Amino acid sequence: MTVLYDAPGPRARRRTVVISAIAAVLVVAGGYRLVYQPLADQGQFSAELWGPLLNPGNEQFSLVWRRILEGFQATLIAAGYAIVASLVAGTALAVLRVQLRSLVLRRFTAVGGPVALLIRGLVLLLMWLTRFCVEVFRGIPVVITIFFVWVALPEFGITFETSRWYLVIGLSIYNAVVIGEVLRSGMEGLPGGQREAAHAVGLTPFQTTRLILLPQAFRIMLPALISQLVVVLKDTSLGFIISYEEALRVGSQVVQVLENPIQVYTVIGAVYILVNYGLSKLAQYIQRRQSR
Amino acid sequence: MRLKNCVPLAAIAVLAMGVAACGEDSESSEPRDKPSFAAGTTMERLSNAQKIVVGTKFDQPLFGLKGLDGKPAGFDVEIAKIIAAELGIPADKIEYKETPSQVREQVVEQGTVDIVVATYTINDKRKERIAFAGPYYVAGQQIMVRADDSSITGPDSFKAGDKKVCSVSGSTPAANIKSYLQDEAAQLVLFDTYQKCVDALKAETVDAVTTDNVILSGFISKSDGAYKLIGTKFTEEPYGIGVKKDDAEFRAFINDVLESIATDGRYEEAWKTTVGKVDPEVPSAPAVDRY
Amino acid sequence: MSVLVDQFSVFVNGFWLTLQLCVLSAIGALLIGGIAAVMRIAPAPPLRGLGTAYVTIFRNVPLTVVFFFTVFGLPALGTTADFLRIPILDLAFPRLAIDLPFFRFAIIALSLYTGAFVCEALRSGVNAVSPGQAEAGRAIGLGFRQNLWHVVLPQAWQASVVPLGSVIIAMIKNSALAGFFGLTGDLSQSGAELVTVRGFPVVPVFIGIAVGFLVMTMPLGLLLDRIESRGAMTR
Repeated sequence: MTVLYDAPGPRARRRTVVISAIAAVLVVAGGYRLVYQPLADQGQFSAELWGPLLNPGNEQFSLVWRRILEGFQATLIAAGYAIVASLVAGTALAVLRVQLRSLVLRRFTAVGGPVALLIRGLVLLLMWLTRFCVEVFRGIPVVITIFFVWVALPEFGITFETSRWYLVIGLSIYNAVVIGEVLRSGMEGLPGGQREAAHAVGLTPFQTTRLILLPQAFRIMLPALISQLVVVLKDTSLGFIISYEEALRVGSQVVQVLENPIQVYTVIGAVYILVNYGLSKLAQYIQRRQSR
Repeated sequence: MRLKNCVPLAAIAVLAMGVAACGEDSESSEPRDKPSFAAGTTMERLSNAQKIVVGTKFDQPLFGLKGLDGKPAGFDVEIAKIIAAELGIPADKIEYKETPSQVREQVVEQGTVDIVVATYTINDKRKERIAFAGPYYVAGQQIMVRADDSSITGPDSFKAGDKKVCSVSGSTPAANIKSYLQDEAAQLVLFDTYQKCVDALKAETVDAVTTDNVILSGFISKSDGAYKLIGTKFTEEPYGIGVKKDDAEFRAFINDVLESIATDGRYEEAWKTTVGKVDPEVPSAPAVDRY
Repeated sequence: MSVLVDQFSVFVNGFWLTLQLCVLSAIGALLIGGIAAVMRIAPAPPLRGLGTAYVTIFRNVPLTVVFFFTVFGLPALGTTADFLRIPILDLAFPRLAIDLPFFRFAIIALSLYTGAFVCEALRSGVNAVSPGQAEAGRAIGLGFRQNLWHVVLPQAWQASVVPLGSVIIAMIKNSALAGFFGLTGDLSQSGAELVTVRGFPVVPVFIGIAVGFLVMTMPLGLLLDRIESRGAMTR
């Protein structure tokens, strides 16, 4: 926000340049003294440690990268399943909650006294139940959800061949709730005229939600949905807790052989930043296009 | 990559790579020709299917560690190969599943894996849920410190309350060491792999790492003399092979296999190609416990 | 269910430690995020660049990686975060002063990671202030600092309370990861240990941990909802 200061005059510009130069020197010197030097003293920049990751001529290079790419593939697969599942479940949850809310206001006069009362009680109960689930799963850490899905589901006789599905279920429970809330608030934030107009042309409440509210909510909330995708992608790294072989866990396996933890995790972190940065840029681009 | 490449590779990563790269077609895992088993037994089923699912560790140096080629290697893996060979299953038909400590009983009970060979200490609590063949090796808990540290002499050194120790969460050694600590919060660190503990030891955020002696030996051999073992084993950890609780025939079969390899040289060979690289002294195979 | 009663002290101690971690990390995150936000709107380009780089990196990297670099990278840089052994503060938070650095490392990791999101929340607040306000401030002769302090920030603050709150809630939940990076005795680590090592039934332990976190996150969430609806009313 450039309105905070005047367009700098010659003196201010000089001052800015001086301050900038000092800041730059401080950053570089600090980085050299506090980060580069201690690392260099320990030989953390040696070719022996970086070679397998950066030098294609190194004999371990292709093996290491095949493993890392396998890891990222596993990350993307789990993230993909989790995203689809949470979008589907989240949409269903949002629709359910919006429907329940509109049902609560109805009096069911057509079916008569006690039955109407029963239905209204049921609707109210269901409303509170979904609200409760949303609050609970939104409020506990996704790590905990994943971990307990992994240990608890088998106790109820639900088992999977790989730990991938535990990770996907854990991630989906959490993200479905979050996405559900995003969509719900998107639908409820729409102008009331939309709903009234839909009612006026004779659409049922469910049709109204499906044809009028939901598509608009999706459009409005698209940037928020995409940033949630970044969250899912980042959270797949929690798979290491339940020994799912995603990028980070593969990294830690590679580290056990090569003994270069700092180097391996730097590379993996860099790949994560690239992918997620790309996704957030996409979100920004969509937001800009929409606001035009 | 054949033998030519194995020399420099092994120099860099003796433990993990060596076995997987060079030891693949060793004598011990040559499958038996069409063995026959009584109808209806697990042995017959596996032998006919020509496939066995083995649960092992992927992060345990020397016993079961996934190498850069994506295949687990180690003593546990060799033992599994021998058992598979006795069933007439070649080594490349074995499917390995990672079984971290928390899930070992569960995967056996549910039949997700056929056997678990995963540095699996035999104890009574576990016997309530599954059955053990073996033991095929008896490890013992010991303590590893930095080579220049002479202040820790054994587990009792932790009683003073100022020494910090690292182990792996959910493991037996972690539970054992607790009784020697004065203040858990200030003295005990738990990570998910031993490598992380060793990194912490190197960074001097902890003073000691404790787990089964052979695993520590592996780290010491890789470290160029940066670490050393102190004192003697202060526990006994007999490693067994987990099978379904009611499958007495399969358990007896594995016990027979273990007994025969103890004398015919295959046990020795499995040891030499894996743990033997850091501990050349081949242990005598323990007597199996047919409880 | 008896585990909840028998092991009540485990849950209470775990809750207490997690709470301490969250309070300290929240303070750290607000400080770092505040500084980064100011840097991002400052006149000097290197400061802006630095602020932007910080936010870009920490928003896009998994917290797991951040934890890894604090827990294993900082010792490689030769520090065990002893600067966090703040004399009077460590009376209230005894974990700050012990030799094992993982509590301090967890604070640093959480603060650094959350700081990036705090910065974004503050910046969105600043952006929500209509430019006319700042222009008017400048018209009456206020400088950059005066304008920021007296005109923009007080209004930006109002607009960023709700996003800030959500960031802090997210941080509380993220604190569960500390138990998997060397911290012992917090809610998640001690809960996981009850199940995996000591063999207690899963569901009650899960309920215990969930309640522990909900006690922290839910009141905050409800408070935010109220602030949000009140704000919507006045607008």
